[in-house]
Amino acid sequence: MINFLIPLVVILAVAVVARLIKVFELSAELKGEEPWRISADDNRIQSLLMFVGVVGFLAYVVYTTVQLDSIVLPVSASEHGVKTDGLLTVTWWIIGPMFFLTHILLGYFAYKYYFRKDRAATFFAHSTKLEMIWTVIPTVTLTSLIIYGISTWQEITGPAPEDAIEIELYAKQFDWTARYAGADNTLGRSGFRLIEGANTLGVDMQDSAAADDKVVRGEFHIPVGRSVLFKFHSRDVIHSAYMPHFRAQMNCVPGMTTQFHFVPTKTTEEMRAETGNSKFDYILLCNKICGGAHYNMQMTIVVETEEAYNKWLNEKKTLTEDLAPKPEEPAMQATSDTLAAPVDTLAVPTAGAAHS
Amino acid sequence: MSAHEEHHAHADHGHGHDDHGHDDHGHVDYGHHGRPDFWTHYVFSQDHKMISKQFLVTAIIMGFAAMIMSLIFRMQLGWPGEKFPILETILGKWAPGGVLNPNMYLALVTIHGTIIVFMVLTGGLSGTFANLLIPLQVGARDMASGFLNMLSYWFFFASSAIMLGSVFIETGPAAPGWTVYPPLSALPQAMPGSGLGMTLWLVSMSLFIISSLLGGLNYIVTILNLRTQGMSMTRLPLTVWALFITAVLGVLSFPVLFSAALLLIFDRSFGTSFYLSDIFISGQALEHSGGSPILFQHLFWFLGHPEVYIILLPALGITSEIVSTNSRKPIFGYKAMVGSILAIAFLSFIVWGHHMFITGMNPFLGSVFTFTTLLVAIPSAVKVFNYLTTLWKGNIVFTPAMMFAIGLVSTFITGGLTGIILGDSALDINIHDTYFVVAHFHIVMGASAIFGMFAGVYHWFPKMYGKMMNKHLGYAHFWLTVIGVYGVFFPMHFLGLAGVPRRYYTNTEFPMFDGLADINVMISIFAFLGAFAQCIFIFNFFYSIYRGNRSPQNPWNSNTLEWTTPVEHIHGNWPGAIPTVHRWAYDYSKPGASADFIPQNVPLAPGEEEIH
Repeated sequence: MINFLIPLVVILAVAVVARLIKVFELSAELKGEEPWRISADDNRIQSLLMFVGVVGFLAYVVYTTVQLDSIVLPVSASEHGVKTDGLLTVTWWIIGPMFFLTHILLGYFAYKYYFRKDRAATFFAHSTKLEMIWTVIPTVTLTSLIIYGISTWQEITGPAPEDAIEIELYAKQFDWTARYAGADNTLGRSGFRLIEGANTLGVDMQDSAAADDKVVRGEFHIPVGRSVLFKFHSRDVIHSAYMPHFRAQMNCVPGMTTQFHFVPTKTTEEMRAETGNSKFDYILLCNKICGGAHYNMQMTIVVETEEAYNKWLNEKKTLTEDLAPKPEEPAMQATSDTLAAPVDTLAVPTAGAAHS
Repeated sequence: MSAHEEHHAHADHGHGHDDHGHDDHGHVDYGHHGRPDFWTHYVFSQDHKMISKQFLVTAIIMGFAAMIMSLIFRMQLGWPGEKFPILETILGKWAPGGVLNPNMYLALVTIHGTIIVFMVLTGGLSGTFANLLIPLQVGARDMASGFLNMLSYWFFFASSAIMLGSVFIETGPAAPGWTVYPPLSALPQAMPGSGLGMTLWLVSMSLFIISSLLGGLNYIVTILNLRTQGMSMTRLPLTVWALFITAVLGVLSFPVLFSAALLLIFDRSFGTSFYLSDIFISGQALEHSGGSPILFQHLFWFLGHPEVYIILLPALGITSEIVSTNSRKPIFGYKAMVGSILAIAFLSFIVWGHHMFITGMNPFLGSVFTFTTLLVAIPSAVKVFNYLTTLWKGNIVFTPAMMFAIGLVSTFITGGLTGIILGDSALDINIHDTYFVVAHFHIVMGASAIFGMFAGVYHWFPKMYGKMMNKHLGYAHFWLTVIGVYGVFFPMHFLGLAGVPRRYYTNTEFPMFDGLADINVMISIFAFLGAFAQCIFIFNFFYSIYRGNRSPQNPWNSNTLEWTTPVEHIHGNWPGAIPTVHRWAYDYSKPGASADFIPQNVPLAPGEEEIH
């Protein structure tokens, strides 16, 4: 019924507007005006509206900024994140005043200089001095921003410290797996052709470094105050490992190893206290479109003290134990591994569901 | 051509010059096909004015379709999981029970983006205004090649038809986002849209690139060779300068996209692996290996970034023209405006890496791209301040076109400034691919370009159709549109700063995004308001074609040559000789002149100094 009514309403509305236009035009013609010509009233009203519009817009910008401040990410939980947040603040303080200045000028000029028959525009075609001013000032400002930005970037992307804890984050449609390097702090080699059964990451068990690697799903832990070096892999399409609370992100590209390192500075518990949200969790999410369930490819991150972290990691089985054949139920291991992934991801029908 | 130019050299100064090449046939030349019938006049027309209208109407239809798509996915984002029976009516099995399917969501996002970026803001904007304005404003009887121009439109039409048609196929249209990154786009196993839908997308884009190249070469040749007597490059209206540089950008960058698409077609259909390596999907290791998905991104963005300016420059050129005309004042800093177009165009070729900061590229490269990217702000700032100075002490006539031109200045500022954040690699780490990006490019590129396009339509509608559009509907359209645009996109900055990724079917799976539901509802409501405003425009457009007031020859008292042609279109544009140009296009309110405008074809008065 509603589907039938919609076109009817549209047709009626069009007919009404068409009649209204005729009425407007006839009344303009009666007053001896051409209906399309911009009248003195139009100029006055629209210039006033421009002014009101700009003032309203700026008020809306201020209001939204204040109101929505509560939704933006809480204070950074990583060392480098504090620096990028500082850079962001400085950038806001440069572009914010520019935004307000130019909009105020725009609204004011539109308001002040509306067309009047008895005045003429000023013929002002060129001024080297003015143009120099607004070439040089942005150049100087941007040069400082560029230097500040690039030096921050180089600090972040520089080599990780020697003692950084190495963790592999392995992406596939539509879940994450973390692999810890184990006692030797070296990740065993892996390759996509070695993926088989429970060995979902294709770790090369011939490599001696692989034996003590530990694979975890669902959530992974990192110790506060230690540098963590993530190595990213993907087995199917491009994913992006996004950890917004740490201001960290890196693409996971099939055929490539990418990396990012940072130092977490607040444990999950500390962050819960700071945000006043007892359910707060750090999260790893996928931020590169990767298919139907892209919107639900996540893993919880737990930041805790080094002792708690070590205790947690020690309880995890090594890959050797994980992959050891169990005579009675060899297939069960694979199944339970798959189920460890967030259950919701299985609910979305996709052509390439990798869960086999 | 050479006879034409030689003739220029001998033409008599001060009177228009004859163009015998055309006048010998009479000034009505139908490409040697005799009198036009329906087919040669409306369909396979070689007249640039008709082709311009064909581009515009096609773009309006495509734009409307893309807008409907955005409303559908905004319904899902605003009210996730809610049942909308109308969706099932429109989409059938893709919205069972009225709830949008996640794959269809991604498909709509993809096709919406592709249509708006390519069909509306590249084909539609450049196609319409380059075709209409280049011959009319440089003083040429038509494009250098009417035939190639016609082909350009029909390739565009075929491309648009295939893109729109792909929405209705069984497996759904392409869905890997408009940037179609492989391997997602290369492997049909990865998502349903990467099957036939992706093939059609690639076919459509290939046709589009052909259309764009045919058009672009034509525009360049016409501007360089067919300018009338006296129309030196430094007297060209800024619209033509912008369209010229746009065409150069397109000719240099679109072939690279074509190569990217070609290699992707090979990977998809012929077992190569340019973009594929180490892939295990659907329980199998992929046989072919050894390529790099990142190669595609380099090729794509080598077009993709110039593409941003292919979209933006025509809108800025149109704005320059409209702001000057309606401020009744010369554009401030003509040479700086041309210089900034050239600077932006040059820089646009060396900034593409800022789309790829977090692909694992060498950090040193990231620094280089940060450096070049932030430099773009300098010529952009010059343009903004020059627009503001043009308004200063003007005598501003608020035509609907002028409203949109001022709107463009606002969106260009707002969106441009957030580019300074995104272009900074250190800051991009955390906001890359979030709603902050969506907000940024929709405001700076989407809204600015569409505002420029609307400004152009309102301004040149009288030239295209010989009728005037209704001004009241124009004002209503402007105000509702600008409220819609900022209502939708401004809050998205904060969603981005809250860490919300783009291209998410719903945010409900993450407790950290639970507080954002209200914002998404509000954004969706503003989207509907904006869409309603576009219905006003579409009504005004088609109504005015048939019922609009008849246009006078020069309704806006403008200086450029197109207003010296008769209201009724004739093939060859000017009934007699092509006018000779004696001055730049911006002699508005010149001291000592009787009127507040002096068209370009009016000779300098005795003792008058030429300024530009």
